Amino acid sequence: MSDRKSTIAFVRDHMLDQQPPPRGEVGATKWIKENLFSGWFNTILTLVSIFVIYSGLSAIIPWAFGGVWNASSLAECREILDGAHAACWAVINERWRQIFYGTFFPASEYWRTHVAFVLLLVAIAPVLFDRVPRKLLIVTAAYPFLMVWLIWGGSLWGPLAVAAGFAVVFYAAKVAGRYTGSGLSALIAVVSGLIWWFAIGPLFVWALDSIVPLFPLREIQSRELGGFVISMIIGVSGIALSLPIGIVLALGRKSDLPLVKMMCVGFIEFFRGVPLITLLFTASLLLNYFLPPSVTFDLTVRVIVMVTIFSSAYMAEVIRGGLAALPKGQYEAADALGLDYWQAQRLIIMPQALKISIPGIVNTFIGLFKDTTLVFFIGIFDMLAAAQSIRANSEWNGITWELYIFIGLIFWVCCFSMSRYSQWLEQKLRTDHR
Amino acid sequence: MTTMIDPPKADGFRISQLIYDTRYRAITIQVIAVIAFAMIAVFLLVNVNRNLASLGKEIDFGFLSNPSNYDIQQVLVDYSSQSSNLRAAYVGLLNTLFVAFLGCILATLIGVTAGVLRLSKNWLIAKIMTVYVETFRNVPVVIWIIATMAVLSEALPQPKAFRGENPDASMWLWDSIAVTGRGTYIPKPEWGAGSVFVVITFLLSLVGIWAFARWSKRRFEATGQILPNAWIKLAIFIVPTLLVFFILGRPITLVSPALKGFNFQGGIQLSNSFLALWLALSVYTGSFIAEIVRSGILAISKGQSEAAFALGMRPSRTMNLVILPQALRVIIPPLISQFLNLTKNSSLALAVGYQDLRATLGGTTMNNTGRELECMLLMMMIYLVVSLLISSGMNVYNKSMKLKER
Repeated sequence: MSDRKSTIAFVRDHMLDQQPPPRGEVGATKWIKENLFSGWFNTILTLVSIFVIYSGLSAIIPWAFGGVWNASSLAECREILDGAHAACWAVINERWRQIFYGTFFPASEYWRTHVAFVLLLVAIAPVLFDRVPRKLLIVTAAYPFLMVWLIWGGSLWGPLAVAAGFAVVFYAAKVAGRYTGSGLSALIAVVSGLIWWFAIGPLFVWALDSIVPLFPLREIQSRELGGFVISMIIGVSGIALSLPIGIVLALGRKSDLPLVKMMCVGFIEFFRGVPLITLLFTASLLLNYFLPPSVTFDLTVRVIVMVTIFSSAYMAEVIRGGLAALPKGQYEAADALGLDYWQAQRLIIMPQALKISIPGIVNTFIGLFKDTTLVFFIGIFDMLAAAQSIRANSEWNGITWELYIFIGLIFWVCCFSMSRYSQWLEQKLRTDHR
Repeated sequence: MTTMIDPPKADGFRISQLIYDTRYRAITIQVIAVIAFAMIAVFLLVNVNRNLASLGKEIDFGFLSNPSNYDIQQVLVDYSSQSSNLRAAYVGLLNTLFVAFLGCILATLIGVTAGVLRLSKNWLIAKIMTVYVETFRNVPVVIWIIATMAVLSEALPQPKAFRGENPDASMWLWDSIAVTGRGTYIPKPEWGAGSVFVVITFLLSLVGIWAFARWSKRRFEATGQILPNAWIKLAIFIVPTLLVFFILGRPITLVSPALKGFNFQGGIQLSNSFLALWLALSVYTGSFIAEIVRSGILAISKGQSEAAFALGMRPSRTMNLVILPQALRVIIPPLISQFLNLTKNSSLALAVGYQDLRATLGGTTMNNTGRELECMLLMMMIYLVVSLLISSGMNVYNKSMKLKER
């Protein structure tokens, strides 16, 4: 053994110190190499994107930031710019009120929309975030009535009477529940509510108004509403109403009762199959054919109804997807616990199904809010109509970009924050461990 | 849903069983629902009847055969102002389907590109695509349509700019396409004698490609050998048609538009309203399709591609054989519903004055004849049929692609 010499010439007997990684493998250099120039194709993509970004920004930034903010007409604007190619933001500075409040909304009453907007934020806060004190839900419940009173004006008795109707329904159900079963007492409650809303309530309101009107505000007609305010009114009402209707439709479509299912399928497929604009035209042109001659509805209300129905059909499909994604075991477990249909839906099925369908639900909300622009075509004075009338004005004739960018930006902020909120909520409600 | 616990007593039927007994309750609820539905329907119909009577009108579709008395800018079939209202509606429907079809193609191209690029490892391009998607998704499509129309009609050169020795503007692609503020003019094919044979050869070569694909697949399954399928298909696609085209002495020629008088003549005019609607709808819908494609690819678990790599597959083949077939199952249903949305959004042609179904049947015809009820009903039915056709196509596809389990 000893004649065999080791072939290894050198054996290291101490550890080397740790060396820093090569310079190309750390920090920004590595990142750039890996993310931007990892191959010939990637390099071309990077160069093309740099060119696109450069040419885009070099056109937009001087135009947007070199703009004029103070001028009273486009001609004056061009004079100030003196041939330079830049934006004339003065039109926004001059006319933002028209875009926000509409053309005909009386300036002395602007504060009402501000109060309504702040109250809206207060009212939706407890719905959106569970850290907010639960007591604020009282504001949420009162908000629809306050909003109607603030926007349309008149005395507070009317909205109060409508709200009292709900109390009537509640107590009628409670009292009737003592004597009869749940089905019959629900019927009694609804009937007594209807009697209140259509017979007794109006009398009360008329009597109280003639004695002492409660906080009377100047009345505002629907056609005086416009701009961002009308978009918000239609959007928020549509969103608040379409979710419950959508849930009911989705349950109807999944129901075991063939006739109910058929009606829901027909309803959903019809409203999903026609463009919203035809429904809006129906609301503005045809609704009079379908109502008794004496009954007329406010155009805004008609539009809200149509937008709600349209998006509740979409909502139903989204929620049906959530219901279908639930494992069958959940339904069976609810049955095994002896829960009845509504208990199972309320406690087991819906919380999970709604959680699954959050992205779809919020997308429907965003779609609804964007669709409020279509009311422009049936003669409601929303932001697009304001833009059109500003462009038709002799002072601002010829202006295009500034207005549409401004309006687009308003929509973008609203819709983008909605989609961010839905992503946040999804993260928060994620209970599976990934 | 709930199961019965107590067996019913055999002492006959009581009224309260209609509410409390699950066997009868289902029937009670349905009967109530049907009665309510019927009452609403009767209420509406009675009102319609009474209102029509008070207006002295009755529901009558006779106006459809009367002459329409108006012109339509873009006509895909024979039409003049002497044609019937029905014909006008048909022209409008074709215009709707035309812009919807082209829009679906362009939107898919844009959306797939943007969706794939958004997943790219290249940080810069991924961010650009994110900005594109978030910008277009979150602003109403009407604003995009109006803005595109403004660009086309204000930023593009007028026809007179093309005139003279040193014109301000020039035509694209070797003087064949003129992009002007009054519309875009593209070359028009002139069908000479013998062009029928070229078209027939082309159609036959499509059949040939299909036959070749089947034969090649069978051969692959039998022997395991792979032919350069894509190249052979491309050759079948191009070569025979070109051969016949040149043998017959080029029967199909392209007529380029030329400036005559105040405007371009010859060629096909694509109006600005059409272009604005088409481009805006495509780019808007493309941003939604990009998200669908992205989430479809992300939905495939990473184990799939790792398994494919472990089997020694190349990245391109992994994409084609493993990821895409599974991703398509996730992508196709929402993609079709985006097509549906695009088709319905094409009714926003209203914003730019493109004469689609809503502008002919639900617009000029309705205003001329004063038959709102009939026109709106007919228009809604047509849109409904189109949507139902598209969505039933989707259901057939879904059934065939569904994972077969349990």
